[in-house]
Amino acid sequence: MVEIDMKVKMKRVDEIIERYKGEEGVLIQLLLDIQSEFNWIPHGVIARISEKMRIPTSQIYRIASFYKAMSLNPVGRHIVQVCMGTACQVRGAPKILDRLEANLKIKEGGTTPDMRFSLKRVNCLGCCAMGPVIEVDGTYHGKVTSAMVQEILEKYE
Amino acid sequence: MPRVKSRDALEELIGEIVAKRDLNKPCITLCSGTACHATGSDSVADAIVEELDKQGLTEEVGFRRTGCHGFCEQGPIVVIYPEAICYLNVTPDDAPEIISKTIKETGIIDRLLYTDPSTGERIVHEHEIPFYKHQSRLVFGDNLRIDPTNIKDYLALGGYRALARVLHELTPEEVLEEVKRANLRGRGGGGFPAGMKWESTRNAPGEPKYVIVNCDEGDPGAYMDRSIMEGNPHRVLEGLTICAYAIGARHGFVYVRQEYPLAVKNLGIALEQAREYGFLGTDILGSGFEFDVKVHRGAGAFVSGESSALMNAIEGKVGEPRPKYVHTSEAGIWDKPSNLNNVETLANVPLIIEKGADWFGSIGTEGSKGTKIFSLVGTVNNTGLVEVPMGTTLRDIIYKIGGGIRGGKRFKGVQTGGPSGGIIPVQYLDLPVDFDELTKLGSMMGSGGMIVIDEDTCIVDLARYFVDFLCDESCGKCVPCREGLKRMREILEDIVAGRGKEGDIELLEEIAVVMKKASLCALGTTAANPALSTIRYFRDEYDAHIKEKRCPALVCKDLISYYIEPEACIACLKCLKNCPEGAIEGEKRVIHVIEQSKCVKCGICYDVCPPKVGAVKKISGKPVPPSLPEAERAIRKGKKKGGGSD
Repeated sequence: MVEIDMKVKMKRVDEIIERYKGEEGVLIQLLLDIQSEFNWIPHGVIARISEKMRIPTSQIYRIASFYKAMSLNPVGRHIVQVCMGTACQVRGAPKILDRLEANLKIKEGGTTPDMRFSLKRVNCLGCCAMGPVIEVDGTYHGKVTSAMVQEILEKYE
Repeated sequence: MPRVKSRDALEELIGEIVAKRDLNKPCITLCSGTACHATGSDSVADAIVEELDKQGLTEEVGFRRTGCHGFCEQGPIVVIYPEAICYLNVTPDDAPEIISKTIKETGIIDRLLYTDPSTGERIVHEHEIPFYKHQSRLVFGDNLRIDPTNIKDYLALGGYRALARVLHELTPEEVLEEVKRANLRGRGGGGFPAGMKWESTRNAPGEPKYVIVNCDEGDPGAYMDRSIMEGNPHRVLEGLTICAYAIGARHGFVYVRQEYPLAVKNLGIALEQAREYGFLGTDILGSGFEFDVKVHRGAGAFVSGESSALMNAIEGKVGEPRPKYVHTSEAGIWDKPSNLNNVETLANVPLIIEKGADWFGSIGTEGSKGTKIFSLVGTVNNTGLVEVPMGTTLRDIIYKIGGGIRGGKRFKGVQTGGPSGGIIPVQYLDLPVDFDELTKLGSMMGSGGMIVIDEDTCIVDLARYFVDFLCDESCGKCVPCREGLKRMREILEDIVAGRGKEGDIELLEEIAVVMKKASLCALGTTAANPALSTIRYFRDEYDAHIKEKRCPALVCKDLISYYIEPEACIACLKCLKNCPEGAIEGEKRVIHVIEQSKCVKCGICYDVCPPKVGAVKKISGKPVPPSLPEAERAIRKGKKKGGGSD
């Protein structure tokens, strides 16, 4: 079963690589596509990219570890992003992050042991008028209060 | 659609589109910017479409999903033309009434109108609402009328006419001259004159040349570039193409943040349409000029918004800055001459070409021409995007347009310029806002973030926040920035935790000087601004933290305690039930007490205590009063009216 998954996965990876083959300066774009496909960048995939694109793995790791949008660790089924932009900051975002950390029993950057949630802080989601904002799987929740946190989390299985 | 092959063909096409449009036909527009998405504009759209269908009005009534209107506080926003009736905070349940009452019977739904908080008066038309009335929306205004996924909407407003004029009437030198004469300064940060930048790229040896749009917009608290890119992408593309013509570039890039998925999507659609119509590609508008654009998504690194770092990122490398003694205008992408402008800067270009440099120069102040879009956010009543002429005072922006500070709180300051900017205190409220005035006060324009803060924001904690932010975002390549920021963060963390000591402020200032002088890029040289400007204007708050171990704004966790005032408590159980730590003791009719040893200072009790009661207090710099003896905590029946509101 795992092997079949792996095959399917690599086929997807090859399709993504195919989009960029022969072009210059495309590594970041390629990795972003991988990231949005799998929610993280598995080590096996990096080896595959290295082989097909003729880019040293060290260079790929350098990029993947530098940029915040890329993750080298598996993440939970749902990604909770807490906006820590200035506008959210002055409207109480730190309290929201505290509450999320307490309720999920993980620190920012971590994933719950049941792989249900990953918690991340982002610098600005650009929804400054709605602050504090948290984003779960692409859905924005605005004007969040500490008391609302649990209710929002419960929507995601 | 066949390609538009000449200037006449463009005029013909625009004429056709306009002729087909009946301006008297009712049209419902719905704001679909990101903030309105967050408040449910998708479901409102579905409801409107369904209702139009149900009532058999799909043909007679137009429906358009536009970009951001700017008044994000009150979204989703519906505007009904031709009268421009403006409904705010619209929900899907309102759709049937909007159509049967406003569309069919031209009646107004009072509850959806804007209510003036001071007079209670209801306002029907969008342009009469104070938030809009005092703005001049030269760049941003078209957002309200355009469906960004439909190029015809842009053409109907005369889109791509400026490009046609440039290609058929002006030489590249003349375009350059016009932009220089307009004194258009960069809207993304430093305010460097765009015309000069264009000229040095044009004159730099080496081919090919590149032009780039910077839509990285990493400054937290600023989102005007996102809203323009989402709401009116063709305008940016037109500006970029004009820029390419003036410089002599055939390749362009748009660098846009991955965190802005809607901007990426709408930009992609716009590019396809522009190619299809022949506004990009070979022989644009029959002029022989050739130009095309690639999109590069940024992968989440604040420093990559810096020009040389951004160019590294476009090459697919780590987005770290290069030493600045080589200008990117001479050696940018792949060491070729490259010109980088911000989204808002380029969105101004078609306007300058169409109306002329003299007209543009008549708006604004001596050194800063045109308008600027600010994102007015933080603790102000009307948050949103605000476009005003350069030189408008802070007071007009915050009070006339922003409606003042929310909750009747006291205004403390306004943070401008992003993490590298500074905080401007209350005594400068009448300052005319432009590039030079802000710099004089130790802040800067940046990309136009304007974060209003009130008495409940701790200045020292805010400085710590910015330093922490920059510490996180510093690429670590040069020592002054990497180490300087870390040391500054340590000192500020100590101060907010009550471990501050005499001499800390002086040490911060000393580190700041070195960082300013010795850092590699603008991130490092300006990184000390938040600390310096807060020390300059709010030294008393630093002193309170250091000498008295007191946080005057009652924010710093280690310096405050939560406490329930026995005289005010009505024993309603709200705080007790909501306390996640079980730190509140009491019962119905027994005054509640916080067990300080269990309290984690999350502040939920403070938030849930009914505002009328206001029994939960924050205190700092003094010990928590001892709790009442058990026997005195019972509330006798009838002692307090309205008690036990559980």
